[in-house]
Amino acid sequence: MAVLRWIRRNLVVIAGLLTLGYLLLPNVVVTVFSFNKPKGRFNYEWQNFSTDAWRDPCGVADLCGSLSLSLRIAAFATIGATVLGVMIAFALVRYRFRARGAVSSLIFLPMAMPEVVMAASLLTLFLNMGAELGFWTVLIAHIMFCLSFVVTAVKARVMSMDPRLEQAAQDLYAGPVQTFLRVTLPIAAPGIAAGALLAFALSFDDFIITNFNAGSTVTFPMFVWGSAQRGTPVQINVIGTAMFLIAVLFVLISMVIGNRRRKRHA
Amino acid sequence: MSTVTDAPGAPADTAPGPAARPPRRRGRLTPYWLLLPGILWLLVFFALPLVYQASTSVQTGSLEEGFEVTWHFATYWEALTDYWPQFLRSVLYAGSATVLCLLLGYPLAYLIAFRAGRWRNVVLVLVIAPFFTSFLIRTLAWKTILADSGPLVELLNTLHILDVTSWLGMTDGERVLATPLAVICGLTYNFLPFMILPLYTSLERIDGRLHEASGDLYARPFTTFRKVTLPLSMPGVVSGTLLTFIPASGDYVNADLLGSTDTRMIGNVIQTQFLRVLDYPTAAALSFIVMAAILVIVTLYIRKSGTEDLV
Repeated sequence: MAVLRWIRRNLVVIAGLLTLGYLLLPNVVVTVFSFNKPKGRFNYEWQNFSTDAWRDPCGVADLCGSLSLSLRIAAFATIGATVLGVMIAFALVRYRFRARGAVSSLIFLPMAMPEVVMAASLLTLFLNMGAELGFWTVLIAHIMFCLSFVVTAVKARVMSMDPRLEQAAQDLYAGPVQTFLRVTLPIAAPGIAAGALLAFALSFDDFIITNFNAGSTVTFPMFVWGSAQRGTPVQINVIGTAMFLIAVLFVLISMVIGNRRRKRHA
Repeated sequence: MSTVTDAPGAPADTAPGPAARPPRRRGRLTPYWLLLPGILWLLVFFALPLVYQASTSVQTGSLEEGFEVTWHFATYWEALTDYWPQFLRSVLYAGSATVLCLLLGYPLAYLIAFRAGRWRNVVLVLVIAPFFTSFLIRTLAWKTILADSGPLVELLNTLHILDVTSWLGMTDGERVLATPLAVICGLTYNFLPFMILPLYTSLERIDGRLHEASGDLYARPFTTFRKVTLPLSMPGVVSGTLLTFIPASGDYVNADLLGSTDTRMIGNVIQTQFLRVLDYPTAAALSFIVMAAILVIVTLYIRKSGTEDLV
């Protein structure tokens, strides 16, 4: 009976942890299978323990090439979307102007549209323009769909900012540029960082829009997609595991830094 | 739609008149200069393509002879009559995945917001971190998890759960892979973080003292949840369901990797028509129908749920 009562009292916790398990189960499988030595082309069944793939992550043709291409595209897309997005976010929060509602809708729509619709329509544009599909068309597409997410992230931060801080800076004879660089930008930085990080993750992981607009260029998600048909090398699991670990590490570090800063200010 | 993004409570909105804002010397044109590059990008690479797609959808012809605008609206009708099962399936699968995401995501969001204590950040990281690893690799991992002779499927068979799902038409015989259940499982998994994060954000804003007050007034925990927590978390529920349903209904990755030819969703059809069959008018018409359907569903849903404070 005591057990039953305990279960009833902690029902939410148990259900929540089960969901967490559901979320992380594939990551566990990916990690375990990165140490597999598969028979045949497909790495879906456990055979033997081996660290071969970890010792030679680039041992599969084109894998690391596609990985570095994806990293490059994600880096450029992040820079592009962040610069454009920060400008839009500031304009939307700080100024009243006509067409503000229309601009807000234009920002919102790409987030409210299934990716396949955007992907297909962008492809019709490129086909009509006679553009050569490849690096540039992918980059253009990625900046396009990351932009709205950056605007939303930065807007949230700038909105919660006290405008009196900037007024105070100006009362103390700071010029507009100085005010922006010394007051506005540092306060908005966490929002900008969040937006940029989101843009990087979205761009790096995007498959649907890239699949339509990449032509014969192969990004990392496209390599994984192709390998699902031809046979998945273990190295894909190695990279999946490494990415997960890097992401966790990265977030943990940023949290530690954030905590320390908060403590210092408190 | 403008009210959606103009969230109330912004400092600029509540400022008491123009006098409170700092005077701008280069004033009136500055916002337009700030907007110009980004908006131009969206107009050229988001809005203009939709126009091109609209024109493509009323063209006829073939790839060899070239396409011509002939205002052939029949393509829409043909697309609908040919592919209504896939449309229906998309709504069904995406809808089921959304409901499952809500049922699975709510306890976890609640756990992070109220019960995790000092573990809160760790759990949050574990929810967000998969975002940064390739979702394709993780979706492929489901092939291993749901494998025909795998432990999970064997367990489900022993418990006779698969008999029930087969009866419901969700599975077929003793396997899960290549059935609707596998596709819905993949969709639920892939879009779960999109449900959890908005839920968590709106739950976190709730003042914990409201729960205490409700308890002091002799409400049982479930009553507190039904009368206090759930209503206050509605904005999160609404944006979470939208963020799950919209991308899920256009997805073709899960149906392709985990399903079979019998589980093709509308995204699969659009992808095949565009990239393999090269029947651009039909593909364009299909994606326009999807877009229109989603806009209608989303608008009705937002109306009905009464929350416009979404983004």
